[in-house]
Amino acid sequence: MNNIILIKYGELTLKKGNIKYFIDCLYKNINHKLKGLTVNIIKDNRRMFVEYQAKDQTTIIDILKHIAGIYSFVICYKVASDLEKIKTEALNLVSKEKFNTFKVETKRSDKTFKYNSNEISRMVGSYILKNIANIKVDVHHPELLLNIEVRKDYTYLYTNEIKGLGGYPVGIQGKGMLMLSGGIDSPVAGFLALKKGIKLECIYFESIPHTSIEARNKVINLIKKMTKFTNEINLHIIPFTKMQETIYQHVDPKYMITIMRRMMYRITELLAKKNNCLVIVNGESIGQVASQTLSSMAVINEVTNMPIIRPLSCMDKIDIIDIAKKIATYDISILPFQDCCTVFVPKHPVTNPKLEKAILMEKTFNYEDLIKECLDNVITIKITDIEQDNLHNLL
Amino acid sequence: MIYLDYSATTPVNLEVLTSFEKVAKDYIGNPNSLHKLGSDSYELMNRAIEQMASLLNVKSNELIFTSGATEANNLAIKGICYKYQNRGKHIITTKLEHSSVSEVMHYLSNRGFEISYVNLLDNGLVDIEHLKSLIRDDTILVSICHVNSEVGIVQPINEIGKALKKYSKLFFHVDGTQAVGKIPVDLTNIDLYSFSSHKIYGLKGVGCLFKQASIDLEPLLHGGKSQSIYRAGTPSLALIVSFSKALRLSLENLDEKYEHIKKLNDLIRNELSKYEHIKINSNEHCLPHILNISYVGINSETFMHALEQHGIYVSSQTACSKLDGPSKTIMALYNDKKRAISSIRISLSHLTTEEEINLFLKCFDVEYEALSAVLGE
Repeated sequence: MNNIILIKYGELTLKKGNIKYFIDCLYKNINHKLKGLTVNIIKDNRRMFVEYQAKDQTTIIDILKHIAGIYSFVICYKVASDLEKIKTEALNLVSKEKFNTFKVETKRSDKTFKYNSNEISRMVGSYILKNIANIKVDVHHPELLLNIEVRKDYTYLYTNEIKGLGGYPVGIQGKGMLMLSGGIDSPVAGFLALKKGIKLECIYFESIPHTSIEARNKVINLIKKMTKFTNEINLHIIPFTKMQETIYQHVDPKYMITIMRRMMYRITELLAKKNNCLVIVNGESIGQVASQTLSSMAVINEVTNMPIIRPLSCMDKIDIIDIAKKIATYDISILPFQDCCTVFVPKHPVTNPKLEKAILMEKTFNYEDLIKECLDNVITIKITDIEQDNLHNLL
Repeated sequence: MIYLDYSATTPVNLEVLTSFEKVAKDYIGNPNSLHKLGSDSYELMNRAIEQMASLLNVKSNELIFTSGATEANNLAIKGICYKYQNRGKHIITTKLEHSSVSEVMHYLSNRGFEISYVNLLDNGLVDIEHLKSLIRDDTILVSICHVNSEVGIVQPINEIGKALKKYSKLFFHVDGTQAVGKIPVDLTNIDLYSFSSHKIYGLKGVGCLFKQASIDLEPLLHGGKSQSIYRAGTPSLALIVSFSKALRLSLENLDEKYEHIKKLNDLIRNELSKYEHIKINSNEHCLPHILNISYVGINSETFMHALEQHGIYVSSQTACSKLDGPSKTIMALYNDKKRAISSIRISLSHLTTEEEINLFLKCFDVEYEALSAVLGE
């Protein structure tokens, strides 16, 4: 296998003390995603190398683009660390590209190699100049950048860098409980959390028959898309019908959403603790709906001390939609099924709720028993990235 | 039986048929219904369309499913003309088009549109310089078939598409019915591209129009929610799924299949060129899948029926054109009426075997001799 992809870690290399832990985690994630392919993964403190078979190249590139913690990667060519061989391969490599100006950049980790980086760049550069007509060197804004990395036994040559996701490997930050509704925002929030290394579990509130089984399938399909960035996600389905109906019967319609959200937070916190999650993640974005004004958030948030990560809090909807399209959740999110936040919606929900009022209203019914009932009857589904696909043979 | 009329239609691949049956039986929901059965169908439809889009390297929302290539061609041409007629009413096309394009042109010419025909070079390829010279300020559409259905000329649509790029007001439609599944197709420089399922071992009754996302069209059919806003009607899920499968299978081992057919084509070509009255109409720019010849002096239909007695099925002109009158394609290429009323199309498949061809050649010889008695002077 002479096909090699070189992976650069990005932010990871800043984390001095824990670097080994970070790299092991990334290695584990990459290894998991490449399972089933014939590859050989080699890691060291600054780089990872994936040796692969030529036929798998497109598949592997696609997989690597979805793994958090990879800053960038390049398809590179391996030659013995010998100046003549490096020159020949360099010429061979750049002659496949179209360019007018170029630059050679050399890194030499093997300090015993008899030329230093600048000398190697110069010699290879002039060899290329001699052999290809009408090109020039431009050290400031080259159209083509040829990188040479001289290591002990082998030298790696590469040109174009493919950008990775960045962030940290999923799992290094522990777990978060994502509140998933089926809308556009929550999967994006989940993706951003995954990208920062947070492993996810999801909580979904279901109000059958006010919401349909299709709405649940929609959430499952959203999670399937999110598993492209992680290996598995547990989905906890909370039967919320009774709670929602009770709120409807006891609470001033204006405060229904406020109280409902407070209940959701209470349930989420308990479920999160039970599943060893350190934080709650959700798709709230300031000002987007009545329950997401600052005063609403303050009143709703009052029920929990658990940190709440709101990756979208300061983003505009249009930018959120952009990300949703990139991670392929948008088309699923816009399917027109009712979710539990869209049933029993009052015409004029309060945008500036008062905490005292909310507390007073909650005293009119025994919510603690209802919460317990919700948690006792939770359904948990494990959704893995291995597609169990029965549609495949039809196509 | 020796079937040598694969360009008219192909036998359905049994795997494709199985998919059709399963989907028709198991997926009864309308993809647009909001219940479970509907969303199952919806998911399957999306997957089928996604697969097709990725095979063609385009986006899912750029594919519009129709009842066949005829509807796809109609939708492309009329859809553009009706939508953009305020820009102008001038269309450019060729004399090599299938009737589902040329008849639409004829129809539009009676409704205030002006049609220009681009010159062909001696080898049958579109004269791109002449094409550019025909473009006017009011030209809104250029329509050129990728592969001609009678003789098999492959037009350099990529090159033509690139040349047309700088004329931002006009759209470029390509009828790809005879190309898809036979040669690699690159849609980068094409605005609209039609093709059909039954030419690639899929079922009859479904076709597809690729349309670049940024282009608008006036629909031919209006009605309820469907697979695309440009074509109303309940999506035919089983047909769409089977079409997607047919496309996937037709693109497998494309090179190998091409080489096999090329070998058979060479074999026939070498043998038939030995006959005095046989003229080979397909040149080096033609697909090996199609070999068009003329038995000069003998009507197409006569020779076709003569071969039919041996259980050999070829075609005179294309199955879709009217049988009377000389072939327009052959006239456009050779301007020779005798040749144009005697043309025969032999069309081959990767399913065709060398034994079949040898038997065909034997029968050909017998009928050639028999009919030579009735040749005039």
